[in-house]
Amino acid sequence: MTEPGPLEAHLRAQRAAGRKLLVPYVTGGLGAWTDVVRALADAGADAIEIGLPFSDPAMDGPVIQAASEQALAEGATPASILDGLRDIDAGVPLVVMTYYNLVFRAGHERFAADLVAAGVSGIILPDLPLEEQPPWQAAAVPAGIETILLAGPITPDDRLKALCAASRGFVYGVNLMGITGERAVVGEQSAVLARRLKDATDTPVLMGFGVSGPDQARQLAANADGVIVASALMRRLLAGAPVDEIHAFTTSLRAALDGS
Amino acid sequence: MTDPAPTSEPPAAPHPASFMGEPSPDGRFGEFGGRYIPETLMPACIELEAAFRDAWADPVFRAELDGLLRDYAGRPSPLTECVRLSEETGVRILLKREDLNHTGSHKINNVLGQALLTKRMGKQRLVAETGAGQHGVATATAAALMGFECVVYMGEVDMVRQELNVFRMRLLGAEVRPAHSGSRTLKDAVNEAMRDWVATVETSHYCLGSVMGPHPYPWMVRELHRVLGDEAREQSRSLLGGADPDVVVACVGGGSNAAGIFSGFADTDAELVGVEPAGGAAIGRGVPGVVHGMKSFLMQDEVGQVLEAQSISAGLDYPGVGPEHAHLAEIGRAKYHSVNDDEVLDAFVTLTRTEGIIPALEPAHALAWVLRERASLAGRTVLINLSGRGDKDVAQVMDIMARRS
Repeated sequence: MTEPGPLEAHLRAQRAAGRKLLVPYVTGGLGAWTDVVRALADAGADAIEIGLPFSDPAMDGPVIQAASEQALAEGATPASILDGLRDIDAGVPLVVMTYYNLVFRAGHERFAADLVAAGVSGIILPDLPLEEQPPWQAAAVPAGIETILLAGPITPDDRLKALCAASRGFVYGVNLMGITGERAVVGEQSAVLARRLKDATDTPVLMGFGVSGPDQARQLAANADGVIVASALMRRLLAGAPVDEIHAFTTSLRAALDGS
Repeated sequence: MTDPAPTSEPPAAPHPASFMGEPSPDGRFGEFGGRYIPETLMPACIELEAAFRDAWADPVFRAELDGLLRDYAGRPSPLTECVRLSEETGVRILLKREDLNHTGSHKINNVLGQALLTKRMGKQRLVAETGAGQHGVATATAAALMGFECVVYMGEVDMVRQELNVFRMRLLGAEVRPAHSGSRTLKDAVNEAMRDWVATVETSHYCLGSVMGPHPYPWMVRELHRVLGDEAREQSRSLLGGADPDVVVACVGGGSNAAGIFSGFADTDAELVGVEPAGGAAIGRGVPGVVHGMKSFLMQDEVGQVLEAQSISAGLDYPGVGPEHAHLAEIGRAKYHSVNDDEVLDAFVTLTRTEGIIPALEPAHALAWVLRERASLAGRTVLINLSGRGDKDVAQVMDIMARRS
């Protein structure tokens, strides 16, 4: 077992201090996104997920699709976003979420080096399952980039164990069968998955997909170590919410988690 | 052309390993293919692969599928020699008549196989993407035949171009849902179908319409179209006194009809030629990339954003290509060329006027390449896969001709 990287070490320390973890998401390159990253950190995020928009986000629902399209239309590229992160000094670990083709096209070594240069600790690649990980891991591990793997409600036990063993930073539990986007109700399958993941690993377990607000965040974090919130934030940003409102919403998520 | 092996050793058999056999256990043809999908879809792809292997080895399943292909779809499709067109061009042109299948294209072969597999897996709902509408119509047809629920995703732009096929699918009881995102064509319909499938995977089968997507689709769809290649080989041998055609030509978008006909000739001496639209030439203009669950050639920009294809034919309007075609191109077993929209329209009219056969715009690409290369092909025998009929395209062609005159 290797020593945890900076992302995982940070999340483990926060957990050890009795805190439920909050990882909010923002699409890079969209409007005043760097201000949003700072606001998220200030409002109590334990790490921040930054999306590098892709032309064909097949795992994403309408909100993240719209955010991605808009960011691309504004000229966002992986390089421009990583440049933006370089000087951001958020004070919490940064995680990039993108689709594998942007990594493959750049070349594994170059992409990993670019992440390191931008101060990014981890990466989520939803279309790169365990079996296809080795060529990327061969570049990511020596560079010190922590690759977060996802597990879903119908992931069988043997796969789930293998995913947990290979995941670095944290394990991403997918709350539901489907794409990203808020849901009024996230069903019992989330709690079942969270418990299975917690039984399988000591790595922090964060639950994402469908989280719409503070009450749900608290419920979903109850069986895990924390939550990831994306579409609920991005819907507000796309509707023109100022950074203050994003800060306030994130503060309400933080408060709900601290009260649980 | 790459030599497959040095010729110093005496060959034990003419083709010891098939050029179009099984992919590797991880679903690769050379470096292409694989399974680049979210974890939530992984169990379904693994289940599908196991179900297909089991069914494909089961004589009862094969007999049921053969019966449907014969009695419902009208197989075997004939091989037609183009007498007048051959005289006019100096190239002996044969057509594999997939246009005469039920629903008007080769797509029915794959769909009937996947529909039977769906029943075998105990699922009741089909999800599909469609470009020109031929795969959507075939899927809606199979769903009606088997009593399945059916949802077809189609780009908004294509719904306008192929209005008649949209109505046809609805008439058959399918729900047609528009893909509003991106270029609003085939690639976006694939994204929407995958989004549906992630949410419904426990009850739905994704009836993918080409030799693309994650393993096992590229292999499975090719095997389901192999029937047309096998028929064409036997039919040409019987017509040509035991010989094979010199060249086998097919249009390539995702590449399913080409994979079907190539599979019948991959282990013969016939040259294999795939013809892409100039505005969607994944092999001609693309570089390796990963989208829609597979690694293949892909039209993309310098950072990896997928480009929008541009073609007169909705069925070929796709920036990627099936991974096995990428592999066949890489090893030199097949060659890929492209033709532009004007050449396609000329070919469309030529075949109609010379042979009384209105082709779909997709296989008109294959004919357009033959017509352009007539000088170098003179005296040779060329087999074209006429993958679909042109009824769906006549309104669009009428508009284009009216604008030009």
